[in-house]
Amino acid sequence: MEIPENVKKRLSIPAEEHFYAGHTACQGCGASLGLRYVLKAYGKKTIFAIPACCSTIIAGPWPYSALDANLFHTAFETTGAVISGIEAALKAKGYKVKGEDGIMVVGWAGDGGTADIGLQALSGFLERGHDAVYIMYDNEAYMNTGIQRSGSTPYGAWTTNTPGGKKHFLEKRHKKKVIDIVIAHEIPYAATASIAYPEDFIRKLKKAQKTPGPSFIQLFAPCPTGWRSPTDKSIELARLAVQTAYFPLFEYENGRYKINMPSTKKEPKPIEEFLKLQGRFKYMTKEDIEILQQWVLHEWEKLKKLAEVFG
Amino acid sequence: MEYKPIRKVVSGNYAAAYAAKHARVEVVAAYPITPQTSIIEKIAEFIANGEVENLQYVAVESEHSAMAACIGASAAGARAFTATSAQGLALMHEMLHWASGARLPIVMVNVNRAMAPPWSVWDDQTDSLAQRDTGWMQFYAENNQEVYDGVLMSFKVAETVNLPAMVVESAFILSHTYDIVEMIPQELVDEFLPPRKPLYTLTDFDKPFSVGALGTPADYYEFRYKIEKAMEEAREVIRKVGKEFGEMFGRDYSQMIELYRTDDADFVFMGMGSLMGTVKQAVDVLREEGYKVGAAKVRWFRPFPKDELYELAKNVKGIAVLDRNFSFGQEGILFNEAKGVLYNTDAHPIMKNYIVGLGGRDFTVNDVKKIADNMKAIIEKGELDVEVDWYHLKR
Repeated sequence: MEIPENVKKRLSIPAEEHFYAGHTACQGCGASLGLRYVLKAYGKKTIFAIPACCSTIIAGPWPYSALDANLFHTAFETTGAVISGIEAALKAKGYKVKGEDGIMVVGWAGDGGTADIGLQALSGFLERGHDAVYIMYDNEAYMNTGIQRSGSTPYGAWTTNTPGGKKHFLEKRHKKKVIDIVIAHEIPYAATASIAYPEDFIRKLKKAQKTPGPSFIQLFAPCPTGWRSPTDKSIELARLAVQTAYFPLFEYENGRYKINMPSTKKEPKPIEEFLKLQGRFKYMTKEDIEILQQWVLHEWEKLKKLAEVFG
Repeated sequence: MEYKPIRKVVSGNYAAAYAAKHARVEVVAAYPITPQTSIIEKIAEFIANGEVENLQYVAVESEHSAMAACIGASAAGARAFTATSAQGLALMHEMLHWASGARLPIVMVNVNRAMAPPWSVWDDQTDSLAQRDTGWMQFYAENNQEVYDGVLMSFKVAETVNLPAMVVESAFILSHTYDIVEMIPQELVDEFLPPRKPLYTLTDFDKPFSVGALGTPADYYEFRYKIEKAMEEAREVIRKVGKEFGEMFGRDYSQMIELYRTDDADFVFMGMGSLMGTVKQAVDVLREEGYKVGAAKVRWFRPFPKDELYELAKNVKGIAVLDRNFSFGQEGILFNEAKGVLYNTDAHPIMKNYIVGLGGRDFTVNDVKKIADNMKAIIEKGELDVEVDWYHLKR
């Protein structure tokens, strides 16, 4: 569909589409929206490396591809290593990599492929300083294999291998803070983003493009299938995750922290507002919710302190 | 240009590093492991000293990532190289399938080292032979010269058939032992091995495509068949490239099995890699003592040289297969393969499997002589004593 000129001018998000209709994501999939925004930000001069994850399926089976860009499907734990190799090859061959007019090498992996099995390759990629962008789309479990917990699954969440039964629930650990592990590598640019705030996400993608060296973006992307949430609530859930400070949006740039959302001046909304729209938390008692709430506020205070001291 | 070799005294590992340099590899991604390490150290030294241009060296955090990075680099059009050994090769295993499945002509040197436990750093072929079904071609070098030549030829073969190739050398026996290697002047290497022309690369943005997508039951099968077709094609390419190499540089590799004094031999010793140097030496000694013996060195294990083996087997009474490897629950791996090839043919010499030198156990000319006596007795009697002989076993 042609977008009229007067509408185009109102959009800060590029109007061009490089993510085709006919992809095979579930209804309400946050990851597919994320992929669409990445392609809008970087255009077709992009090389993706995608490991085993929902996006392998979303892109479509051979001989189809929903992406108007080159895509290398790779093994689960290798995203960081494969983008390192692609970047090295481009440099050996004299291509411009990253920057306004360079080729964008993008690792696009889920939370399991990043927080768990791919963490070593991610670390290697970060510490070696390759000019590429790694985007972890975080839907808080292994959704492609049918909803099993990952290191990024939050406290109390039901998954098929951490079910909540009549007496117990199995997920007793809080969400792994992958972004903190990334920042410990002291890379030039890292950020969190959300599909509910596409303009902020695209601004961050552009910043990652302009910043030499490795960049990392952790994108919050709800999964209605795994979260047992209505398919039309994904954006609302992603927004509530930010407004409750469950998943605050911030940037880390050369040692400096900057909080984007929620506002540090206002009290975050209660976590219950985020939880109650999802079936995966439905068996949690008031006490369980309080444990999660306390963790959220504690982490939020920590982040605010970091932004205050290193802002 | 007339070929005047440059003679250097180098270890097998340095021969590999020089070959990678002369092949003008563009990306090396590697992780250190004994006894492979000096290959990548030497390559790093080439870069530090400004002896190579446009070579990106990625010091990865594991062998698994080394192969993954080579795969990314090769998919982006670069000539990619790595090296490993034993446990490192085992860690890479998953990615070996990825390289062949994506049809990427990566070349890797594997220094044969025994698998742990118990820990061992010494020679044993089980590490590389365990990778037999990954869709990688495998070349076994007898000496440092063959390591050097093997890397150059492997790139040419790999880039012709779009399959990855492994050049295999022995731990310490070759990797750390110095010998004269005739190296080829760069201009002539360039003539033999021009820059890679990939079928596809991730840098073509006009026609976007994806590699390695989901293959449904409707298509997966055909992808496998195409790998096998490429392997079959590789046999001819190997012979052709080996012949061309011989014509240009005087060392002919057109035979996938190198035959040594087999013409009138009653029986032959068959094996792979450095132990065949010892065997050839023993053949000379045995010939002087009146034994009609020869040696058959299997150079390429994948694709397997079926035709050459058949031609050999037709003309001998016995084959002593020397395996510096073992497949538990069965027998030596080369023995197993060779027997399998001959079953549906009319060539059925007596074949006996000698398991030798596992984990670096010394294998000498004297050992070959003892095996010769045993083989001779078996052939005279017309029946096997045992099929699989753990030759070195302390009893």
